[in-house]
Amino acid sequence: MHDDHDHADNEMDAMTARVRALETVLTEKGLVDPAAVDAIIDTYENRVGPRNGAAVVARAWTDPEFAKWLRQDATAAIASLGFSGRQGEHMVAVFNTPKEHNIVVCTLCSCYPWPVLGLPPSWYKSPAYRARAVREPRAVLAEFGVSLPEETRIRVWDSTAEIRYLVVPERPAGTDGMSEPALAALVTRDSMIGCGLALTPEAA
Amino acid sequence: MNGPQDVGGRHGVGAVVPEDEAVRFHADWEKRVLGLTLACGALGHWTLDTSRHARESLPPAVYYNASYYEIWLRALEHLLEAAQEIKPDELTNGHAIHPPRRPDRRLTTEAVPDVLARGGPTERTGPKPAFAIGERVRTRNHQPAGHTRLPGYARGAAGVVEAVHGAHVFPDTNAHGDGEHPQPLYTIRFEATELYGDGADPTLSVSIEAWESYLERA
Repeated sequence: MHDDHDHADNEMDAMTARVRALETVLTEKGLVDPAAVDAIIDTYENRVGPRNGAAVVARAWTDPEFAKWLRQDATAAIASLGFSGRQGEHMVAVFNTPKEHNIVVCTLCSCYPWPVLGLPPSWYKSPAYRARAVREPRAVLAEFGVSLPEETRIRVWDSTAEIRYLVVPERPAGTDGMSEPALAALVTRDSMIGCGLALTPEAA
Repeated sequence: MNGPQDVGGRHGVGAVVPEDEAVRFHADWEKRVLGLTLACGALGHWTLDTSRHARESLPPAVYYNASYYEIWLRALEHLLEAAQEIKPDELTNGHAIHPPRRPDRRLTTEAVPDVLARGGPTERTGPKPAFAIGERVRTRNHQPAGHTRLPGYARGAAGVVEAVHGAHVFPDTNAHGDGEHPQPLYTIRFEATELYGDGADPTLSVSIEAWESYLERA
């Protein structure tokens, strides 16, 4: 659990030492069980991630009743697929259309819908994204290679409370008749934050 | 607080660097910080709001020079010291010296799935909402020295109530151990021109969640 591959610079060594000191103290005091720490890491490294959200989006694309439920009570609709818990206690799904594009940010910290997207990527937590997403989202999107029509309205959701947002991207053209798992493979993490679009079948 | 965390709308912060979604961590110590932070939360010494306040209370120069997991680590050290579970001499030595306070609350491996699945819902029974969907409101010039979730860029701004979420735990008090005091919570939508003035993107609107005491009628 403490392998040190690929991280040889001095700063990383100092951080590794600092974290080990804290974990050792807490373990010796009986305040933390390292196996419980391992179980938490395993959950978010291997079990809970953006494929969960992709399954939600694919279901919404193929099942109008589910899409309606997702719009009205996202927490319950998402829980019906088995995804719930920490940092997803109060979910809202927002749907992209040709007229309006949704983007999610947390300017004050790093609030993010863990049960459907897993842990946030580094950029989501960076001052650069948090500062600019609420002011110049088109410039931010350009850094993700995304360009929207000038007339498309942009709606940014700053997660300042415990409401967590999942963006449902537009279903790409040319996907009629595709299976739910095949559709889910088109749904990128970034598209569910609003910083990307769902892939076309050719690009996937 | 007008701390380093309140970066919405700032200029000069540089580019956003996209990252492959398969990347979960950048170093093994980051994994341990995640696990330790969640495991120590189970000791029950602090709330989510308290931990956010510990992070934003780091000196700005430290905050901006740290990765997010380093911010978490530094805040966790502060929280554990404030809870008198650890002392600085122990971190220096890398070994326990003083007795713990709540080893009986240690998170067990078996409890991890339940704790993560339960999460920490913040909706409570509380006062009925004073504002209705569609109503025009203005955020107050609310800038306490302690914790708040009203971002600076959205202070004193007029917007529209877009959603009412029931009553939620009030972070401004809960972060300081002063109780949950649930208040109605709203989604308030602002036009970018209201927030940023001339030169703002006319196609952009931004929303925040705001507790009722952050708001007044416009």
